[in-house]
Amino acid sequence: MPWKLDSSRPIYLQLMERIQHDIISGVYRPGDKIPSVRDLALEASVNPNTMQKALSELERSGLVYSQRTSGRFITEDEKMLKKMKMDLAAEHIQQFFEQMHHLGFSDEEALDLIRETLRRKNNEPDS
Amino acid sequence: MSPILECRNLTKKYGGSYALSGLNLTLERGEIIGLLGPNGSGKSSLIKLAAGVLQPTAGEILLSGKAPGAETKRFVSYLPDRSYLGRQMRVSEAVDYYNTFYDNFRPERASGMLDSLEIDRRARLSSLSKGTLEKVQLILVMSRDADLYLLDEPIGGVDPAARDYILQTILTNYNENATVLLSTHLISDIENILDRVLFLRGGQLALNASVDEIRTEYGKSVDTLFREVFKC
Repeated sequence: MPWKLDSSRPIYLQLMERIQHDIISGVYRPGDKIPSVRDLALEASVNPNTMQKALSELERSGLVYSQRTSGRFITEDEKMLKKMKMDLAAEHIQQFFEQMHHLGFSDEEALDLIRETLRRKNNEPDS
Repeated sequence: MSPILECRNLTKKYGGSYALSGLNLTLERGEIIGLLGPNGSGKSSLIKLAAGVLQPTAGEILLSGKAPGAETKRFVSYLPDRSYLGRQMRVSEAVDYYNTFYDNFRPERASGMLDSLEIDRRARLSSLSKGTLEKVQLILVMSRDADLYLLDEPIGGVDPAARDYILQTILTNYNENATVLLSTHLISDIENILDRVLFLRGGQLALNASVDEIRTEYGKSVDTLFREVFKC
């Protein structure tokens, strides 16, 4: 199945995000070897050079490291993995607040709505 | 090493009208390049000049430093925009024909693809649907180990599922030093597999940029940009 990609944002960024997501959701464990550029490109149905760029960027950030002959691996640095998770969470939260601002809610009102939603969800039977 | 394709002031005139006018262009090895432009913008003319089936009116086109000819046909694999194989030929005969002509043809690769697409080798080409015939021709062209693949509208006539398979075929079969130049109108279908796009307008280069450069700079897909640039 080709990866689902948004058509207006740079492809390599979306490939990076997808791989980060796969690391967080446990598709890849710390220290795992990741497939070759070619295999990943085929799986995603994208250009191999674009996949290469995404992996190089992940390498630059330290999330992925390469061993000269044996391929690329996910970092085992738990601190870095935790930081990536926090960064992504911060990004989602920021986007959420931006959207709420567009709808005309202040930060306080948005927070109240979150609390309200949680309260309702927790009171529902069978959920 | 010379670039795989280079155009210098390349001009092609049919009667009084210019198909290409003073085109300067260099293509690197190891890229998949989309050749885009409205009807009559010069896409097919450029591909035919590179394939050596047309001669330039002025300027020159060089493949790996050589003018198109017998020598370049060894490393260039060309898919024309219409059928060129004998209609009475069977699929298996077309495969043999390619195998005889080109020493870099890989029959086992062709075989694998014919099987995946469930194409009957005994069928005569005249009995195939338009889409299946296109698939057979693309399989033959992609089964060569070439340095440059020239594909004129490779996915125009095939259904979306086969289109995905064909794009996978292109991704699987080109080696990392080969260049693929393909013309198409189906931009959104192929955007993700391209390194670079060329926009032609009136026989001249209107844009030469990587897909991610376009998305970064304009915040939109190549397809959307194309529709804006060439709005009628």
